[in-house]
Amino acid sequence: MTEITARKTGNALGRRVGLLFTALWMGIAVLSPNTARAIAPDQLKALGEDDYDAKAAVVEQLADDGDATAERVLKALHDDTLFALPDGSLAVQVGDAYHDPLTDQAVQVKADDLSQVSLSNVLRARVAAALAGLQLRSADPGVRSRAVDALFSRPDPTVRKYVEAARQKETDSRLKGRLDQLWAMTALQDPDPQHRLEAVQLIGDRGDPQLRSILRPLATMDNASGDDVKVRDAAQAALHKLDRAQFLADMAGTAFTGLSLGSVLLLAALGLAITYGLIGVINMAHGEFLLIGAYTTYVVQNLFRAYCPGAFDFYPVVAVPAAFLLTALAGLVLERTLIRWLYGRPLETLLATFGISLLLMQAARTVFGAQNVQVENPSWMQGGISVLPSLILPYNRLVILAFAFAVVGVTSLILNRTRLGLYIRAVTQNRRMAACTGIVTWKIDAYAFAFGAGVAGLGGCALSQIGNVGPDLGQTYIIDSFMAVVLGGVGQLSGTIFGAMGLGLISKVLEPFWGAVLAKIFVLIFIILFIQKRPQGLFALKGRSVEA
Amino acid sequence: MNLLRTPAVICTAASLLAVTLGTVPSAVAQADAPIKVGILHSLSGTMAISETSLKDVAEMTFEEINRSGGVMGRKIEPVVVDPASNWPLFAEKSRQLLANDKVAAVFGCWTSVSRKSVLPVFEELNGLLFYPVQYEGEEMSRNVFYTGAAPNQQAIPAVEYLISSEGGAAKRFFLIGTDYVYPRTTNKILRAFLHSKGVQDSDIAEVYTPFSHGDYQTIVADIKKFAQAGKTAVISTINGDSNVPFYKELGNQGLKATSVPVVAFSVGEEELRGIDTKPLVGHLASWNYFMSLKNPTNDAFKKEWFAFVAAHNLSGGDKRVTNDPMEATYVGIHMWKQAVEKAGSTDVDKVREAMIGQKFKAPDGFVLEMDANHHLHKPVMIGEIRPDGQFSVVWKTKAPIRAQPWSPFIPGNEGKPDKVAAWTPEILSGGPALAMAPVVH
Amino acid sequence: MEAVETTVKGVVAPRPVRPWGWLLWGVGVVALYALILICTLALPANHPLHLSVYLMTLIGKIMCYAIVALALNLVWGYTGILSLGHGLFFTLGGYAMGMYLMRSIGLDGVYHSPLPDFMVFLDWKALPWFWQGTDHFLYALLLVVLVPGLLAWIFGFFAFRSRVRGVYLSIMTQALTFAAMLLFYRNETGFGGNNGFTDFKRILGFPITAPGTRTVLFLATLTVLLLSLLASRFIVRSRLGQVLTAIRDGESRLTFLGYNPLGYKLFIWTFSAVLCGIAGALYVPQVGIINPNEMSPANSIEMAIWVAVGGRGTLFGPILGAVCVNAAKSYLTASFSSSWLYFLGAIFVLVPIFLPRGLVGLLQRRRK
Repeated sequence: MTEITARKTGNALGRRVGLLFTALWMGIAVLSPNTARAIAPDQLKALGEDDYDAKAAVVEQLADDGDATAERVLKALHDDTLFALPDGSLAVQVGDAYHDPLTDQAVQVKADDLSQVSLSNVLRARVAAALAGLQLRSADPGVRSRAVDALFSRPDPTVRKYVEAARQKETDSRLKGRLDQLWAMTALQDPDPQHRLEAVQLIGDRGDPQLRSILRPLATMDNASGDDVKVRDAAQAALHKLDRAQFLADMAGTAFTGLSLGSVLLLAALGLAITYGLIGVINMAHGEFLLIGAYTTYVVQNLFRAYCPGAFDFYPVVAVPAAFLLTALAGLVLERTLIRWLYGRPLETLLATFGISLLLMQAARTVFGAQNVQVENPSWMQGGISVLPSLILPYNRLVILAFAFAVVGVTSLILNRTRLGLYIRAVTQNRRMAACTGIVTWKIDAYAFAFGAGVAGLGGCALSQIGNVGPDLGQTYIIDSFMAVVLGGVGQLSGTIFGAMGLGLISKVLEPFWGAVLAKIFVLIFIILFIQKRPQGLFALKGRSVEA
Repeated sequence: MNLLRTPAVICTAASLLAVTLGTVPSAVAQADAPIKVGILHSLSGTMAISETSLKDVAEMTFEEINRSGGVMGRKIEPVVVDPASNWPLFAEKSRQLLANDKVAAVFGCWTSVSRKSVLPVFEELNGLLFYPVQYEGEEMSRNVFYTGAAPNQQAIPAVEYLISSEGGAAKRFFLIGTDYVYPRTTNKILRAFLHSKGVQDSDIAEVYTPFSHGDYQTIVADIKKFAQAGKTAVISTINGDSNVPFYKELGNQGLKATSVPVVAFSVGEEELRGIDTKPLVGHLASWNYFMSLKNPTNDAFKKEWFAFVAAHNLSGGDKRVTNDPMEATYVGIHMWKQAVEKAGSTDVDKVREAMIGQKFKAPDGFVLEMDANHHLHKPVMIGEIRPDGQFSVVWKTKAPIRAQPWSPFIPGNEGKPDKVAAWTPEILSGGPALAMAPVVH
Repeated sequence: MEAVETTVKGVVAPRPVRPWGWLLWGVGVVALYALILICTLALPANHPLHLSVYLMTLIGKIMCYAIVALALNLVWGYTGILSLGHGLFFTLGGYAMGMYLMRSIGLDGVYHSPLPDFMVFLDWKALPWFWQGTDHFLYALLLVVLVPGLLAWIFGFFAFRSRVRGVYLSIMTQALTFAAMLLFYRNETGFGGNNGFTDFKRILGFPITAPGTRTVLFLATLTVLLLSLLASRFIVRSRLGQVLTAIRDGESRLTFLGYNPLGYKLFIWTFSAVLCGIAGALYVPQVGIINPNEMSPANSIEMAIWVAVGGRGTLFGPILGAVCVNAAKSYLTASFSSSWLYFLGAIFVLVPIFLPRGLVGLLQRRRK
């Protein structure tokens, strides 16, 4: 082990010296880009090899050069589109073609021969910073803006010169403001107190709590005198501002994560709210209906990838209805072959459907394998919007939140505004009376169960976007689903909404204090106590059907 | 007597009798009869996700050995049982394999608790278990050969890498794991190791989540907050299913490997199959083998694996991968074969002796040797996740490292035996003599 | 809901048992004990009738499950309360016994400390208060009975008082066992986390793997099973049993007749939990491990399935169910390792439909 350590320490020293030189060089490079030397093709070869020290040297050299070739190579490195050929030369992927990185001319290569140039994290960060620095000079404001973003996300002291140069030239006022803030992050230790004061105020205005750590040394300066006192007071005020921003972000974050967890529980539980809540079937195979929905999504995604990769981003458009229909069909089959024999015997239903759940799980293992399968988010569900500097709301969670409410909306429309819904409500409230009015009750049972199963399939489709898709998927959600339905009160959709959202929020509010496990235990105990107090849940059905 | 209940009594008795007769030990092995070996991996339940591949690769290796003439001219007949991720069932099945099927060796187990559950049975019946998964150490049984990594062969080199400037010169460490023995031990060792590197407790956070935890929103937000105070690395011992939601959340909240790298000890090619890896590029894993290694042994291993998958029409097809525990299973079986041939017998005591010092050219590109402490010497490699779900090796040791099952970073381990002592079965069967077993250094 | 469950008319009309019937049973039991002693200790290991350790632990384990099935049958088959949390009581009994066994390891553990290994490992300096005294066998036995009993009593008191019943109660018991499982999985709780308790070495000073110790444990399990059977029979045939059946078939009507079901339900519920605890205590030394997985909701559902398969509301049905399902599981996991769940799942599905009264019902129908 000592041998390794020794090697690293040596490296560390070398690297630091290297960085220092690079910083100097880059400063010169930015101020006088035309004087840079071009890189030799032989030097580039090192990128395709396995020696990371040599690769680092090339990256530094490219950052040095700062010409169009260097920018092209750095960009290819950054986008993972740089490939090495067996003879050691390199090729940049541009669309479906490959270009020579030095001349930017198309080259003929065999795709099988290519191996991607790999980077380590340190190198990747260097490439990103160097590229962003070079791109600050771009004529396109969009490129400049993205470069500023990149530098914000990874403040690198070596880019100060770039920033200062860009700050002088920037004409776009919004971008100028952000460049000022970027500059401020590097100017806190500036020898000129005036600069420091300006920097502190700019950082306070930015409101990004992540910057507290760089302000803290200034705010806690002990023996301040003269101008330093002003800087210190300004730093304290800015810090206070950032603390408030952090608090705000924490509160908003907790609320969002709670709602998001609630929406996941809601989607998992909604099908159960219909099959159990309305029809009274204890369906332990409910989790496996989620599973069918998720695997359907997986299959649809694969079909899209195989047959129309161009439209891959739209696969949910097909996956959602497919998941609904297939799961509804499975529900219909299950109802007709098994559950209809067990109406009125809820506990037997529970046991028989547990057997079904085992069968379906094992079937999933046989068909798709015991391992998880990969369901990729469409690109519009990746990433997130940054509402506050330290709070990102991920798109996939936002989409799921919206989807959950859409499903609830459609479900309640169907139950309350359509003939089928009317029949379902009639049959569940008074079966004999409904039969007397001419409703074919067995058909309604089957439709209602299939509908509930289909809604579960929709839930599975949504869950596939945030978690595992594997044979055990259903088991993870079944207990939570029952808890949400029971807490909300059987027989009421609105009960399930409040149940699921309540559980999500309580869990997330408690988690920071007690950790995930104790929070969950607390929630379960809470449900047990709650049922003691209100055996019929939050929203009890009123009437004489209590004994039923 | 009550007529209605008599048949029930008879039936109960009859079923018990059926169990008795159905499991009477089979005939004594013939000289040229196949050698039976056991495969003890969960094919159903929560662990099936990881263990099924190990069963497959074990069957593949036995087929390969049988094709090339078997062991000492005798074919190998694997007995596959399913302990169904149920720990007491592991004990029952191992007893069945050893006592009824009279297997020469057992290849199996994944979780530590399953190993702990079968260990007394193997020690009582003097069986031989080959355990192929990286684990927490703190154990050294004469009845087990550990072909996975001990903590010093996986965790510590990874952290050294993170501290080095090459790995990003991390100053703060967020240790996150599933709440069970392996993460707890690993983190205990790592904390002591970090102390030795001058890292303060205030720069170390330790968080545990339950099994199958699926919601990492709060924890990832905490990591972001923790990382505000300095260059942070996350060390993840999150197990199994929870990795997908964890990594998806990292991607969601924009935690990039360039700012906060995550190094994982339980995430390999198999786990990444269930994840879209593009947002995860650059996150790290530390193992002793990666599928992407380029060497002739590994090429042959992969080729054989895909031929096996195709021949048996296994689900997953050409999307199947190889990973570290699979390689460890493969190496373990081959070493056992060599040891049997060296000993000229499948007798456990003789094979155990012959195993020590056994060498095998493994798919990781090194010649691995079995140490007297029943652990393999293994090379350590650190790989970065690539967009295609494979790893590219960014750092590796020059030679295989010897395992330290008793970590020097855990107090009380000083003076623990350095190799498996020549204990006799009498001492092992219990009694105060156990505490006085000779300590060999 | 109770009204619709009258399809299962479990209680057989009391009929006088002739004295020679009892005598026959007594002789049978004594002969069985003698036979077991001969088969385990007297016969050499290679004799075809020798009861191997494998079978002894397997049958011992199944007998523990049979006790659980009997206990569950008392509350479900006769009283109509389906518990999906009996695994919790079983495991609690197991943990009480398991801690005694852990303490009996003494200084022979990996770390040679008087504390159990997992506590040394988690840097615990002293035994937490709730494990004090567990090195005494009798105190451990007391815990085996008291802890499940007390928990069941408290839970039952509140649940039955608020007249929670039917599926609601089932879901609540499921929530309870799930919460307990999560709690026990935590390493900080002091129950050994996921690994639970294992690596036992001796019980009451006897090595736990010695044939004599195993035989005694086996016979003790058999004795408890027979005693539970007798107790069930006694309860079912008493006036208490009739009230319980009345609760199952029409609780409201019973209330209108002037009975308060709370005491009856509470008694049978607590009794059932205690039986489970004892079964758990017998299970641990024979199986060699206890861990929180035993509390998983799926395990408790499986227990209900043993009862359903055998025939609920009958005395022998649950035993038959536990034996058949577990024997089948043992056999299938070894012989059909990749497809056994299909068989098991099919059994669980088909029994409620085609054999609403379980295997015992099938046998009775044959007879008629």
